[in-house]
Amino acid sequence: MKRNVLQPGIRDLAKYPFLAEAGEYLRDKGFNLEQLGHPDWAPLVEKAYGRIVVASSGQIYGSDMEQLKELDMEILSFIVAVILLKATGINTLTRRFSLSEARRAEKYLEHDLRQKYDSDFPLKIIQELFSVQVAVESDDFMLSVPNYLQRAVHFHEKEWKLVNRRVANGFVHLTAHETVRLIRTELGQYINSKIQSITLPSIPDTFKARVQDLVSLASKFSDAVVVSSDYPPCVKHAIEVLEKGENLPHSGRFLLATYLLARGQTTDQIAPLFKNAPDYNERITRYQLEHISGSSGKGTKYQCPSCDKLRSENLCFAIPDCDGIINPIQFGKKRGRTNA
Amino acid sequence: MLEKNSTLVEGAIKEYYFNHFDLVHIPQNITQREFGYQKINGGMIRHIAIKDNKELHLLLMKETPSDVYCSNAYYSFPSMPMSEKDWQGADLIFDIDAKDLALPCRNDHSISICTECHSTNPGKQIACTKCGSAKSEVVSVACKNCIDESKKEVKKLVRILDEDFGIKDAVEVYFSGNEGFHIRVTNKNYEMLGSQERADLVDYIMFNGAIPETFGIRKQNNFKSTLPEMGELGWRGKVAANLFGSKTKMPKISRQIILDGYTAFQVKLDGMRQTIGARVDPKVTMDIHRIFRLEGSINSKSGLAKTKCDSLDEFDPFLDACLLGEETVDVIANCPVQIKLKNKKYGPYANERKSVPKYAAVYMICKGLASTV
Repeated sequence: MKRNVLQPGIRDLAKYPFLAEAGEYLRDKGFNLEQLGHPDWAPLVEKAYGRIVVASSGQIYGSDMEQLKELDMEILSFIVAVILLKATGINTLTRRFSLSEARRAEKYLEHDLRQKYDSDFPLKIIQELFSVQVAVESDDFMLSVPNYLQRAVHFHEKEWKLVNRRVANGFVHLTAHETVRLIRTELGQYINSKIQSITLPSIPDTFKARVQDLVSLASKFSDAVVVSSDYPPCVKHAIEVLEKGENLPHSGRFLLATYLLARGQTTDQIAPLFKNAPDYNERITRYQLEHISGSSGKGTKYQCPSCDKLRSENLCFAIPDCDGIINPIQFGKKRGRTNA
Repeated sequence: MLEKNSTLVEGAIKEYYFNHFDLVHIPQNITQREFGYQKINGGMIRHIAIKDNKELHLLLMKETPSDVYCSNAYYSFPSMPMSEKDWQGADLIFDIDAKDLALPCRNDHSISICTECHSTNPGKQIACTKCGSAKSEVVSVACKNCIDESKKEVKKLVRILDEDFGIKDAVEVYFSGNEGFHIRVTNKNYEMLGSQERADLVDYIMFNGAIPETFGIRKQNNFKSTLPEMGELGWRGKVAANLFGSKTKMPKISRQIILDGYTAFQVKLDGMRQTIGARVDPKVTMDIHRIFRLEGSINSKSGLAKTKCDSLDEFDPFLDACLLGEETVDVIANCPVQIKLKNKKYGPYANERKSVPKYAAVYMICKGLASTV
């Protein structure tokens, strides 16, 4: 039987519990918050809590298709998890949960897209939630070039660059996996914004212990940054060019100035670097440095250009140590996690 | 520029805007554009809003700007400071400049003008042959080869826009007024793209950042390689055509490519950039707040007009864009390289007094190679 795409079945809601229809479904079945506060529902609260704990550790909750047996519980545990997060009120936790839930939904979206007879519903979700039209042509899913670019520029792996895609007649050809990967962030943001928009009157007492547990869980997420004193190769190159007395293009000078300013150097420390430039003028250099630093002009402090931008300007001289960074500022900083 | 020279140039420009205002292209949504202009020896004046073509004409006649610019972007408040303009979208623009193509002819039509003694020397000189000063300004004069090579880049770009991006109708090609071409794409789907998206788009067009995996070469297990085939869409097809030339050569070349491995293939791809990628200036396309030379206006680097090319093959900028007055004026010309304008040759001149048509006088004055008497 062909499913009516406007009315997702309960199985769809279990896969995608963030859809507005999931809430309606539960209301129609007569569930309410007060009722869920009854001790009989303790296993549900545990399930919801578990769902958040899994998400906060960067894992994906219950992604095995076989486990979709207790469909009501799947939907309910998502809703209760949202209530717990809302009561905890810690954004980091909500964001982690949203992303993990997005990745969970991604698995189902990808699976459903691959099954041709099931692809209408995921395509509809993508279109309705994110206004992205996805066309289907044999085994390919196609996004318009602008729609693709607006999403793919946030990825830093080379394979996502447009030049490494099959592009024809204004469309980018993608696999099911790539199509859903492209909207993961938006899906995460969508789930996050849905959670943010909910207003919570009060929660049942039976939820409160787990809310406390979540508060202490969230305190674990704080990053420590170790800074090494080495400059990235693009900045080294810019300094070398200047030292040789060669002309460094405006974009290269801008990189050097913004980078060193961001590393805490003052205009007085930076200005002498430009002394060797063929068109050096102390007054102009100072004026420009002050402008970039935000201490003159409108007070806008300019940021160091991204690696992507530098690549396009032929100013990138990436070395293996550059792997995984998207801005020269990140070079040499190792992210470590402490359990403080 | 000396005052007597700027008087002549400004006069010629004013005459052009008086007689040929119909050639000035009025951009779509004129009220949402930011205009800017420069006067000879003056700085840039920008953040100007213009209501209609009458007001534009008035500005051109009153100010006789040496160069006029119009934003590729549309704003709610084009005359406000940048942060308050309220950006609403921007046309896609491309700049192809012969000077970026590193052509072997460059030296033949370059002239070094010594900043100390003002003498001119053909070619890019390290030191002035007269006074020995190392400080000089290099100008480049009309060259057919530069224009022909730039046209090839334009054709590559237009083909990519058509075949890969599905943009055909909204592509307008203009001679820049000096040594290259400007291409403007007005297409609703593309106008909202930000700077980062345009940077990736331009990398596509230039064939920057292609990796072997895209063309079926992996770091390991290449016995299962899926090399591109001729006739495939997008870059895969173009790379196949470049690699194999013809179908019959495919099996042999394929084996060699797989044998040579990943790194060698990356080198091959990088080497292909110049031939298959269109060499545009990425900075121009990435800039979503740029004020871009107004179509139909005069370029003060040459006195030629930024002119629409309806038929690129036949377009001769040194004839079709040479639109200043024809009456004769006297100049002291110091132009060591021969130039050709409107099918007539001028020079070489060695500090000689010459009577030449106004367009040729302005051309040489703009290049710093002549002065009015």
